[in-house]
Amino acid sequence: MLAPGSTARRALGSDHVAGWLFVAPAVVLIGIFGLVPIVWSAIMSFQANDLVSAPSWVGLANYQALVKDPVFMASVRHTLVYTLLFVPLSVAGSLLVAWALNRKLRGVRFYRLAVFVPVVTSTVATGIIFMWLLDPVFGLVNYFLSLVGLPEQGFLQDTNQALVCIVFMTVWGWLGFDVIIYLAALQGIPQELMEAAQIDGAGTWSSFRNVVLPFLRPATLFLIVWSTISALQLFDEIYVTTRGGPLGSTTVIVYYLYQQAFQFFNAGYGAAIAYVLFLAILLITILQLKLGAQRVYGKS
Amino acid sequence: MESGALIRADRPLDLEAVPERRPRRWPFSPWHFFLIPLALMMLMPLVWSVVTSLETSSEAQRFPPVLIPSALHFSNYVDAWNSLPFAHFFLNSFLYSLATVAGNLLFCSLAAYAFARLRFIGSNLLFVLLLVTLMVPFQVVLIPTFLIVRNLGLIDSVGGLIVPNLCGVFGIFLLRQFFQSLPVELEEAARIDGASRLGVFFKIVLPLSAPVLATLAIIQFMWSWNDFLWPLIIITTPEHSPLQLGLSMFQGTHVTQWNLLMAGTVMSQIPMLAVFLLAQRWFIQSIAYTGIKQ
Repeated sequence: MLAPGSTARRALGSDHVAGWLFVAPAVVLIGIFGLVPIVWSAIMSFQANDLVSAPSWVGLANYQALVKDPVFMASVRHTLVYTLLFVPLSVAGSLLVAWALNRKLRGVRFYRLAVFVPVVTSTVATGIIFMWLLDPVFGLVNYFLSLVGLPEQGFLQDTNQALVCIVFMTVWGWLGFDVIIYLAALQGIPQELMEAAQIDGAGTWSSFRNVVLPFLRPATLFLIVWSTISALQLFDEIYVTTRGGPLGSTTVIVYYLYQQAFQFFNAGYGAAIAYVLFLAILLITILQLKLGAQRVYGKS
Repeated sequence: MESGALIRADRPLDLEAVPERRPRRWPFSPWHFFLIPLALMMLMPLVWSVVTSLETSSEAQRFPPVLIPSALHFSNYVDAWNSLPFAHFFLNSFLYSLATVAGNLLFCSLAAYAFARLRFIGSNLLFVLLLVTLMVPFQVVLIPTFLIVRNLGLIDSVGGLIVPNLCGVFGIFLLRQFFQSLPVELEEAARIDGASRLGVFFKIVLPLSAPVLATLAIIQFMWSWNDFLWPLIIITTPEHSPLQLGLSMFQGTHVTQWNLLMAGTVMSQIPMLAVFLLAQRWFIQSIAYTGIKQ
């Protein structure tokens, strides 16, 4: 038993001990599986490491090799092309869809459901289903093309089309998520604002551009940043459908990282790729937030 | 604004003028011309996978495709179920999802409460460190985490899936923000009445936080259930595989048997889809809430 006034008793009751006890499980878990791996990964990127034998120090060799690695440079190109297609398409598309769904309309609940269901469909299932839809020989999409007299396409087996197919597949899977964010933001627009715009004689397009779009800017900025981050980390759909093919035309950065680290056992090289990706994501995000902040605060 | 008052007085008149200016040409909203094709495009992949899953293999391998199967071959589902340990896949996914939901609810809320309410040495530095881990993409920690889990002897086990994901930084931030918005007076009153910190936390703070805890649970459940990369790295035995990796293994063993492949795919999506349909409102609110808060 501790006396009520003793220093030990006070220490037990103080915020310091209680605070650390409360955060202890989280600190241990995030320390071991978050902070330690971040530092370890940085060290590893300066090592040759095959995941089995003792690693050896190689300095900047991994990073120097990256710059000269044509497959890595191609994977950067593919990732950027994918991101530049995916982000505008999914964000603008979801804005249009959310705008259409944000009204009293017969069957609007059904329409919303149709848009949301792909969100809970897993990336693996999405990949398998689209492989079947886009099958060059038996696929439904080629059947539709033949109905309107268009030639059959190779889709995921065509080096020029595979990446675009991945874009459409992932837009299908992500659209609902973006629409939910936009719908929530649209419902936050004060009704008076819309009415005032209509009374001022603003047409649908002009009230959309001058009232709705400025109001949606925070949501748009969030979606652009979020979609860019996830686009740069694309992996699941590539693994399930093309495995980086045909002829390496869909090898993206994270797929190449996976190959290097876990198929070729070049873990040091993989860690270097991971850090380059991290820096790229960091830079792009900061740039987007800076530009976004200017537009948000500069115009309104 | 002066004109504001004027416009408000005018309002009823103006509203009546609206239908005259823009007469309706359709008996229904023209938005349907956009939304019907959109809904068809969004649903078509899922509907087609269900149709294919009920066809015979010769029906599935025909061009032009057989749009309506001659008979409903539910046996495809039985064949798919028996060709790989699907029962294990489901069980492992349930374990993985439920354990990580429980872990995140408990550990994140404890830590978030400390960051929201308690002043303790090093809390600011700790918070900044957590912020850093939030910004680092998973791929950076992937390789070392694999080595750590291997050293813990958890490779190729459900435990290896669960342990690194028991407490995410995202949950701490989400809950901290919510705890800060709670009125502090209730907690102070309970403290004066002699309740311990832990007692206040469990009896007052957590019950008030049910909505945000539900949000975290839903987001974490979806994330674990659909996780693919981490299981792909550490699991090799089908019996230890969760659902998404199992589905990918199934794909590898039935490359061109599209009817079986679709049966397995449809089957694997049913639990999540059912939960979503039952709790649609909660799902959507959770996504909207976390999306906007971030």
